[in-house]
Amino acid sequence: MSGLIDQALAEQVLARALANGGRFAEVFVERQQGQTLAIDERRIESVQAGAEEGAGVRVVDGNTTYFAHVDGLEPAELERAAEEAAAALRAERTEPRPLQAREATPLPIERRPEEVPAERKAELLRELDERARATGGEIAQVNASYAEARREVTVANSDGLFAGDDRTRVRIGVQTVAQRDGSVETGAETLGAHRGFELLEDDPDQIAEQAARKALTLLDAVPAPSGSMPVVVGGGFGGVLFHEMTGHGLEADHVQKGASVYVGKLGERVAEPLLNAYDDGRLPGEWGSDAIDDEGQPTQKTQVIEGGRLTSYLYDHLTAERDGVASTGNGRRESFRHLPIPRMTNTYIAPGDATAEAMIAGVARGFYAVSFGGGQVDPATGDFVFGVSEGYLIENGKVTSPCRGATLIGNCLEALAAIDAVGDDFFMKTGICGKGGQKVPVGTGQGHVRVRAMTVGGTER
Amino acid sequence: MSDLSAVARRAVEAASDAGASDAEAYVSRDGGRQVRVHGGEVESLTAATQTGVGVRAWSGHRVGYAFGTDLSDAGVTAIAAKAAEAAAVADEDEFAAPPQPAEIEAVPGLGDPSIAEWETARVADLALTVERTALASDPRLVAVETAVYADSDEQVAIASSSGVAGEYEASSAYAYLSALAEGEGGARETGLGFGLARGPRGLDPEAIGAEGAQRALSMIGAGKPASRSCPVVLDETVAASFAGLIGGGLSAKAVQRGRSPFAGRLEEEVASAAFVLHDDGRDPHGPASAPFDAEGAPRRRTALIEGGRLRSYLFDTYTANREGTASTGNASRQGYRSLPSVSTSNLMVAPGELSLDGLLGQAGDGVYVTDVAGLHSGVNPVTGVFSVGASGRVIRDGALAEPVREFTIAGELVAMLGAVSAAGAEPRWVPFGGSVSTPSLLIAEMAISGS
Repeated sequence: MSGLIDQALAEQVLARALANGGRFAEVFVERQQGQTLAIDERRIESVQAGAEEGAGVRVVDGNTTYFAHVDGLEPAELERAAEEAAAALRAERTEPRPLQAREATPLPIERRPEEVPAERKAELLRELDERARATGGEIAQVNASYAEARREVTVANSDGLFAGDDRTRVRIGVQTVAQRDGSVETGAETLGAHRGFELLEDDPDQIAEQAARKALTLLDAVPAPSGSMPVVVGGGFGGVLFHEMTGHGLEADHVQKGASVYVGKLGERVAEPLLNAYDDGRLPGEWGSDAIDDEGQPTQKTQVIEGGRLTSYLYDHLTAERDGVASTGNGRRESFRHLPIPRMTNTYIAPGDATAEAMIAGVARGFYAVSFGGGQVDPATGDFVFGVSEGYLIENGKVTSPCRGATLIGNCLEALAAIDAVGDDFFMKTGICGKGGQKVPVGTGQGHVRVRAMTVGGTER
Repeated sequence: MSDLSAVARRAVEAASDAGASDAEAYVSRDGGRQVRVHGGEVESLTAATQTGVGVRAWSGHRVGYAFGTDLSDAGVTAIAAKAAEAAAVADEDEFAAPPQPAEIEAVPGLGDPSIAEWETARVADLALTVERTALASDPRLVAVETAVYADSDEQVAIASSSGVAGEYEASSAYAYLSALAEGEGGARETGLGFGLARGPRGLDPEAIGAEGAQRALSMIGAGKPASRSCPVVLDETVAASFAGLIGGGLSAKAVQRGRSPFAGRLEEEVASAAFVLHDDGRDPHGPASAPFDAEGAPRRRTALIEGGRLRSYLFDTYTANREGTASTGNASRQGYRSLPSVSTSNLMVAPGELSLDGLLGQAGDGVYVTDVAGLHSGVNPVTGVFSVGASGRVIRDGALAEPVREFTIAGELVAMLGAVSAAGAEPRWVPFGGSVSTPSLLIAEMAISGS
């Protein structure tokens, strides 16, 4: 237990929340603290520290959720949140079940970042800056950032659940600008984990070099082609393709409202038999991992596609209750100021047996999307779009010119069914996913993946 | 003086006591509610206040920042001490200095009593009306994924050791829905409808519901357009997203750091005469309007692009010091949690003379774009090169024809401004790209990539 509030107080708040009726009540208590700093123009700047604490109380009655949140952890504040959440209810009191403390083991943190002097973090940023500049004389601008955040949470609900977690994440990012004559190009790279400062003890500077290389490579880029063609997608952050194309459409809130192209597809073939995919909130040290979700449910590994068949949606407490199934531990929230909703954790396509070389060799004319800046999907229509941050032409089975300004666009079900090769070179990368105004850390991963045909929207005339 | 101003002054004193040579504190209290409805029922009802303080401390020309939610004396003292501590880690920057006080004039009409007057049941009914109107519009409008009403009443106070002191209160309310229409074969289309106002009485739930329904219905049966270069009309929502990108490139911070397509182009021709852009932090209808910006400098109106030429960048105190000019009142923050930085207040694209039909007629044959996706990954803010997903309608013989989706529009921001051949006559406030008022825009030529 992280023990932000004691059991007696939690029980009191839940009883107060159900004083005017309701079938379910929950109190979510959180303490956040963090530090961020940046380097730009070779100067350390934007040195910031923050600390916030508060609680969110919800009461569910029928199909309606009543929610209130307060700053601070004083008992009187928690009581006030419970009172406000219950204010619109007019029924007879319901009784919460006695709480049963449930042990959850937080992910191990070897070196607490808050115990590392800020000067060391500034030093790290200077190293990133220098490494990026040393990569090539055409690097004109470098900025880099460091962020650490610790979130201690405790959840108690009227079903008797009482659990806590203590989460620490560290992330660095580097952005570069390269210039040659009149042309300007950019590159970016990040490194993050649900780990402590130990993440940065093993040559973190390589991401600075990678960010610089991306920008330098693009100086020789040609405008991206336009049209439908085979696309080979790189490993790691290439997994954002699956995150957008499939992951969001499997979140049970979209499904239950008919706003997903995966409605009614459970058990059906949606991809080639070579495709297996998971959402896994327990991957050790990964960016999207936690011991419990933000409703106190232990995180789990959920297979969502097995041999090309759709096997599961992703549930939080309320959507699971509605479908008569168990939560998959995907109830997540940005903070105590937000209601939990079904969210991905670490989502990935499991490694296959193809090699990147063989995939590319099989393409006469196509596009190689090594990495993306990000993507977006409308789960209801299935339309998606991805901005390519590093991409190349494939000509006669070989990777040739780098391309600038490419976007991939398509429809989920078609593109998912068109994946015809999955690589063995699996790895994970970090992302920040936005949904319903809430941002949460998510992991995405895969080895190289080939899509038979996808629309590349470039600037080539 | 309100209790918030007292907290701000205490924080400034505490930072000075902790060794800061100068300090500034920004305190905000935000009270708000949100109602989400689905299927004729309230799905969730949120009531909340949040209060916090952010302290900026200078140690000579070094700056540090700290924020927190604990406004007790001990809490504020701890936050101020952390800010002073953070300053010691930063490198010296000769242009870093506290803002100087300036005369502040109130902006009338920032509050709306209807927020306090309308009880929760009444605003819930507003959201339910939004949903009901959409569902009643057409049998093919099969569901509303979500309809939302939200409002907020924010109080802000600022104080600094250099003599800045001010406070204001502003309210806002909005409602939106995402409507789902179904065509033959079960394919679903989504449509967004929205409205913005200072309070619930300024919102028209029927109009919002009807807009979402109409947008979803109009997309039924959409196919891919042919790849080509052609005239494009951007509706207000899409024009606003692009205006927001332009506004980002006009931030003096991006310009001074060589990360803007507008760097080094002051007084040069960067747009056609049809594209006129202002930043106006005092427009009475502007959602971002306030008497002063996030570091206490007066909000004002600034001509950015006029007569086709780049007239000014947007400045906060730091970038103005660096340029040897005055702040344009464009410091902003995402609440107390963030350091001030340069950003647009209300961006205003000047209306032209043509109705939408007039713009379509002038386009002749082309595409009317009503939605774009992937702006955060498909646009390079440094170079201005973009390629984003789009959907909309074909324009044939000067009139709207069949719907199209799953295509991209691509180009370069400054070149696109040069190709604006007309602006529509009816501007609208849009919450995309920041806070933007813009009409539809006709672009003479854009690259479309579809089938």
